[in-house]
Amino acid sequence: MMRIPNEADVVIVGGGPGGTRCARECASLGLKTIVFEKRQEIGAPVRCGEGLGEAWMRIAGIDLDKRWAFQQMGGAILYSPKGKKISIPTENKGWVIDRKIFDKKMALDAGKAGARIFTKATVYDLIKDGNAIAGVRVETPDGKFDVRAKIVVAADGVESQTAKMAGINTANPPMEVDSGYQYQMANIKFDDPHMISLFFGNDVSPRGYVWIFPKGDDFANVGIGIVGQHEKTAKYYLDRFIDAHPEMFGESAIVEINGGSIPVGAPIKKPYGNGIMVIGDAAHMVNPIHGGGMGTTMEAGIIAAQTAKKAIDANDVSEGFLRQYHDTWMDRRGKQLLQVLKVRRFFEKLSDDDLEKLAGMVTPELLLHFADGKQFSAFMSVLKKAPKIAIIAAKELM
Amino acid sequence: MIKVDRKKCIYCAGCVSVCPVNALTLNETEIVCDASKCTKCGICERFCPAGAITVIRKGDDDEDTE
Repeated sequence: MMRIPNEADVVIVGGGPGGTRCARECASLGLKTIVFEKRQEIGAPVRCGEGLGEAWMRIAGIDLDKRWAFQQMGGAILYSPKGKKISIPTENKGWVIDRKIFDKKMALDAGKAGARIFTKATVYDLIKDGNAIAGVRVETPDGKFDVRAKIVVAADGVESQTAKMAGINTANPPMEVDSGYQYQMANIKFDDPHMISLFFGNDVSPRGYVWIFPKGDDFANVGIGIVGQHEKTAKYYLDRFIDAHPEMFGESAIVEINGGSIPVGAPIKKPYGNGIMVIGDAAHMVNPIHGGGMGTTMEAGIIAAQTAKKAIDANDVSEGFLRQYHDTWMDRRGKQLLQVLKVRRFFEKLSDDDLEKLAGMVTPELLLHFADGKQFSAFMSVLKKAPKIAIIAAKELM
Repeated sequence: MIKVDRKKCIYCAGCVSVCPVNALTLNETEIVCDASKCTKCGICERFCPAGAITVIRKGDDDEDTE
């Protein structure tokens, strides 16, 4: 049996890319670090479209590895409700990856840096000293253990329980979460296997989109995210989309089914407390437009680790000190995500006719910047020819 | 209290993430509902991407069997 240490500098709850990237950083900084993952396997089941931009790999300090990087993407093709195509090539290339291998590689890197990792290890309670978090209670196949820690990092995903145990409200407002369903499909025919395809329309995917992320010339993740409180299910809309496109999927085979919830609202306002920091999906650190969260959680994990090192060196793990983590994250990413949230709120107010009109007005470059929460004034000036949309934009963006 | 159709459930924990009273947990492949916390609000039922959840409301046939 793997002996679980009874104390550590940092205990990280959750073995996703945020937790293990945080662990790698903590261990590299000389902190005694433990990761507890509730599942019996890191990386599975997958709850992800599996797209990751090269810019995020640089931020996270990850070398490209063909064992998990399947296919390079040169950009995106957007399809309007009536099928108008907007092709957006990007300088920042991305990859469609395999999370089962990627997540394990991330865990291996954390282990190599010196972190201890335990799977099938459920944190069921927190140890508290007064009003400060001072460790975790964990249940493993070998029994229950108390592990004291100077700092606990909650990286336990969209359904995080750890932060809630610490009194940090991470509940997802029902209208601020998208409901996702995805098939991994073989033997598909697509226009361009080096571009992701996104299909929009309130009839195709209410407040969301259908995505095709190619993993090879005839193999892709085909998924959907829809508004979370809809009368019909995400699966219903995805099946309907697939049935409507026999030219792509007529001969295809479903080899895996995934799903999950995607926080697309604002990041939580206070992802820290005495002796605890919350990162990634647990803190709703997700891009509200495309629902991507791998990059943001790894970035947050690194910032949390650096803050942990400073706090432990200063012998001060109070929330007054740990707020540095949140301040740094807000400057580096949070403020931009709040701008992106405005863009999402703008798009969801548009009818299919509005979307169609918009598709004929904006350049791919401007759309790309706009979706990134930038160049709002340039976008507004394009809308002079579409007063109805401009009024919606003025309300949501300003 | 809710009923989960395990033939449909893909144990993604989406329901856990939206439960406003923290009544749900995911244990590997099983969704567990704490009946003492569940308010039968139906948010998880509407959210489930796979349509696997049914809220057992008063008067439903199978209420007694749960």
